[in-house]
Amino acid sequence: MDIKKQPLALNIQHLSFSYHNQNVLEDINMQIPKGSFLGLVGPNGSGKSTLVKCLLGLLSPNAGSVQLFGVDVKKFNRWSDIGFVSQKANSFNSGFPATVFEVVSMGLYGKIGLFRFLKKKHKQQVREAIEQVGMEDYIDDNIGQLSGGQQQRVFIARALVSNPSLLILDEPTVGVDAKSVKNFYTMLKKLNDEQGITLILVTHDIGAMSEYVTDVACLNKCLHFHGNTNTFEENKEEMMTAMYGHEVNLLEHNHDHDHHHHHHDHDDQDGVRREEG
Amino acid sequence: MIEVFFQFDFLRYSLYTGLMIGFLAPILGVFLVVRRLSLMADALSHITLTGIAFSLLLGRHITMFAGLNPVYMGMAFSITGSLLIERLRHVYRYYKELAIPIILSAGIGVGVVFISLADGFNNDLFNYLFGSVVAISQSDFQVVVTLTIVVTALLFLFYKELFFLSFDEEQAVISGIPKRSLHVLFMVLVALVIGISMQIVGILLVSALMTLPVASAMKWAKGFKQMFLYAVIFGEVSIVIGLFSAFHLDLAPGGTIVMANVFLLIGSIALTRKRSL
Ligand SMILES: Nc1ncnc2c1ncn2[C@@H]1O[C@H](COP(=O)(O)OP(=O)(O)OP(=O)(O)O)[C@@H](O)[C@H]1O
Ligand SMILES: [Mg+2]
Repeated sequence: MDIKKQPLALNIQHLSFSYHNQNVLEDINMQIPKGSFLGLVGPNGSGKSTLVKCLLGLLSPNAGSVQLFGVDVKKFNRWSDIGFVSQKANSFNSGFPATVFEVVSMGLYGKIGLFRFLKKKHKQQVREAIEQVGMEDYIDDNIGQLSGGQQQRVFIARALVSNPSLLILDEPTVGVDAKSVKNFYTMLKKLNDEQGITLILVTHDIGAMSEYVTDVACLNKCLHFHGNTNTFEENKEEMMTAMYGHEVNLLEHNHDHDHHHHHHDHDDQDGVRREEG
Repeated sequence: MIEVFFQFDFLRYSLYTGLMIGFLAPILGVFLVVRRLSLMADALSHITLTGIAFSLLLGRHITMFAGLNPVYMGMAFSITGSLLIERLRHVYRYYKELAIPIILSAGIGVGVVFISLADGFNNDLFNYLFGSVVAISQSDFQVVVTLTIVVTALLFLFYKELFFLSFDEEQAVISGIPKRSLHVLFMVLVALVIGISMQIVGILLVSALMTLPVASAMKWAKGFKQMFLYAVIFGEVSIVIGLFSAFHLDLAPGGTIVMANVFLLIGSIALTRKRSL
């Protein structure tokens, strides 16, 4: 299967998912063309992270299908083409004795494959990814001793290092300071413009996001909207009311960031269902 | 003082075996500790005891087994035990650690019954429990060397995957690393190393050799690679001190090796105190 010839990065059809008996996603249909930069928004508990996990094959949907670059996710094996920064990236075991360099190189392991080791060229790629997120001064520091925002940057570098064709970021800027968030969005836009990387960005930062993304999807169990940013802007008020139930002040929305990302701590590796690749 | 270890074959074999387990046990221990599975070593060593007791029992009734070193049956049991633990961790998905006490107590329980049936409360048993300086024959030694080479080679080949899985299982799975098979492989390696090590350190103390050097190393190491370096250094030092003092003071080497480890650990904690909190 030639990834280059596929027009769609993602094709989601009639996807439904429930945890135990609780329906979390209902009949989601979404076609995401290659080269788009999608902002995925929705209230807490609306199923954004769950959808992302279905896309990555970490959870198996109850119904419907997901195709990554034209290949069903169950059969997909080019995982090094996909980068992912998880919402709870910084809830990893913080005492883990690994340096920034070691953590970022993990992003290449899938690509290098079994029985092979990091070569000079790979080490160079790792250093470049670390520079890209501005963490080069910390390259030999222990990951556990960095601040939350710095750790998040390291995980972003790890997602970038393998030069993915699709990058999925689940609230990647939680805990990152305002200036860095701006730099980060600019960097994402550049990746999207210059290298044509398809991006999916889960965020609550609706105000800031709109400047950068090409498309927006609004999720709350069902998909309420999926279209380009202009159409979203025109119908924003309406969308927000439909999703959040009441008028929300979009600019003030980013204040409640800090408590989002601890909500689903129980949703740990037990959610990992996909076995052998 | 040291020369005596080279005058007698059996002492030389013990010393060499000791040096090999001083290398293997802490290396596997690093992975166990960072994955918060350090008690796994205890569970597997106890099930090794069951195998040994079973072998002793068979030896009394079936001549074919009388000449067999019970350690091999112990290894077979501990490999089976490692696979059982994996099953149990699946059964109790939200209380994975339950698998350890289940296997541990079942192992001891069944083991004690076998020992009673075999009338085996004797000197041999004491050696299995607490180790012996003279346990290794030439043919045992050849097995030890072979296993050491195999285990080291496998660890070397799968180093990066095991590292990634230990750090961040979800991301490792996404990047296509075969989690289940690697985990099973790893547990089998642990079971084998426990089998090798228990001849010298004894069943009750074998897990100490996997965890105490790592606990000391954690105080010094900055990255993951350094963890191995320090853990192996501490492991080897404790083996050498432990074996010599055991021989010269006529003590069980399990005890002296663990004591050496405890001193190294206390020293490490004391000396690095300023660097941490
Ligand atoms: N592991 C789990 N087991 C059971 N229910 C879960 C699990 N993870 C999430 N849920 C439930 O599924 C729903 C959707 O959760 P999800 O994490 O996908 O929301 P989200 O849109 O990412 O929210 P947030 O903005 O807070 O990150 C929630 O109601 C949550 O309680
Ligand atoms: Mg989420």
